[in-house]
Amino acid sequence: MHTGLFERAFFRIAGDHGLLVEYGDEIDFEVNTKVRTMAIIMKQHTPKGVIETIPTYRSLLLVYDPSITNLAKLQKELEKLEKRLEEIQIPPPDTVEIPVCYGGEFGPDIEFVAETHNLSVKEVIKLHSEPEYLIYMVGFSPGFPFLGGLSEKLHTPRLETPRTFVPKGSVGIANNQTGIYPVSSPGGWQLIGRSPIKLFAPERPNPFLYQAGDHIKFKPITLEEYSRLAKEEEK
Amino acid sequence: MDALLILTSGAYTTVQDKGRYGYQQMGVPVSGVLDAFAFYAANMLVGNPDNAAALEITITGPCLEILTDAHIAVTGAEMGMTLNDQPIQGWKSIRVKSGDILNIQQVKSGCRAYLAVSGGIDVPQVMGSRSTYAGGKLGGFKGRPLQEGNMIQCGETKLLTKLRQIPSDMIPQYPSEIAIRAIPGPQNDFFHEGLDTIFQSDYMISAKADRMGYRLQGPKIKLREGMPKSIISEPTMPGGVQIPADEQPIILLVEQTAGGYTKIVTVISTDLPKVAQATPGDTIRFEKVTLEKAHSLYHDQKKLMQTIADQLSE
Repeated sequence: MHTGLFERAFFRIAGDHGLLVEYGDEIDFEVNTKVRTMAIIMKQHTPKGVIETIPTYRSLLLVYDPSITNLAKLQKELEKLEKRLEEIQIPPPDTVEIPVCYGGEFGPDIEFVAETHNLSVKEVIKLHSEPEYLIYMVGFSPGFPFLGGLSEKLHTPRLETPRTFVPKGSVGIANNQTGIYPVSSPGGWQLIGRSPIKLFAPERPNPFLYQAGDHIKFKPITLEEYSRLAKEEEK
Repeated sequence: MDALLILTSGAYTTVQDKGRYGYQQMGVPVSGVLDAFAFYAANMLVGNPDNAAALEITITGPCLEILTDAHIAVTGAEMGMTLNDQPIQGWKSIRVKSGDILNIQQVKSGCRAYLAVSGGIDVPQVMGSRSTYAGGKLGGFKGRPLQEGNMIQCGETKLLTKLRQIPSDMIPQYPSEIAIRAIPGPQNDFFHEGLDTIFQSDYMISAKADRMGYRLQGPKIKLREGMPKSIISEPTMPGGVQIPADEQPIILLVEQTAGGYTKIVTVISTDLPKVAQATPGDTIRFEKVTLEKAHSLYHDQKKLMQTIADQLSE
């Protein structure tokens, strides 16, 4: 069976401080699990000279200090750690429930999504809030989760012209992906709702509610609940 | 301790240190100074630790009232500067007193200057750094560039016993035609002729040049026949030269964490300060170097910085 997983890690040179390690060539659960497991083992046994380890869909970037280590040493360390992957217990994923007020001014594109797929707005909300989505990676902006598992009935292309301003908390769809904007930014995703929850708060000891590997479940709420939760968040 | 009152803000003045590490996997870019060499020199000139926060000043400088007795130093881009209306020079420490007016004006050469104050700019550390990430509204002074009327604090410090100066042969020049050394990759295998194009052509820096990246204009860089136009989103490094759909390169800088375009080459870390000091209209020529060469240049640069620190503290 083809899984997209490489037999051996593929190394790419990303400048004089970066080593990019690819474990597969697809957005795929098994490949992503390998990347995340390697990130966990790297955290537990950080090789000397590694400043930061950044896992994404199918690759891991090691940022290193060339005055402490070099490419050959890092590759050897990685291969050694890879052999010990079996020992690693991936911590069970957290499921984070995120309340979302769908449609209306918070989801200006929900009717377009519904029309595109011959669905009612109600059906869009049901299809979007049913699954538990896996967070494949976090990136683009602080806390932005790239989620896998969007129903095929909701796959919708990006906007032709991105918006210059997408308010924080907005929930969107881009092709087979869905995600949330934790900070306001420009963006081209189809917006279907908004969450009143603060997804990124740099002043909190843990600024984030989730990490790659966790699950997200959206919970539809009314406008009244949105207002109440938004007020609570401000406190 | 109140140290600086911003009378006029300048074009884009932010608080920066070496950057915020450990959170790129959460989508928080490193931020931090673009010209690490000038920043280092500024801190050494006033007797600060090498990661004390300073002001990064872009193109047009701020006018400030000094509210404490301190040493200051301005390095990096050459800016017109006066202290109480008397012209002053960069790359040396200057003793200032409460009530002094420091006016940093228009850039003459380069793009970014660094103002270090003894004791370091004291803003709260956010996720381990004082650097401003304006895109995420975090760090620095309230997560944004400085504005008129802002009051900036500095840490406690002992004043220097002797004024310091960077030897003139160690002060970098900032010409408008620059050679930037780069290592092929991470996606050099997606290109064939494109590699010849990037290493043999002149590229002009466009007006779209900021801390996220510099868009360049010049000969189009073609992917190899049949290669996909985008790749699965992956982490980016400062210095990565991305080829987007319009085939015009972008040098990625410090306010970016991930992207889905190929990077044909990566600028070596030693030459990132040259990029930081280039302005729209300047010309860049990329020069190919090996990883080994880049590492040896990095070691040389570290040695140079150590030499500066040793000489100044004598």
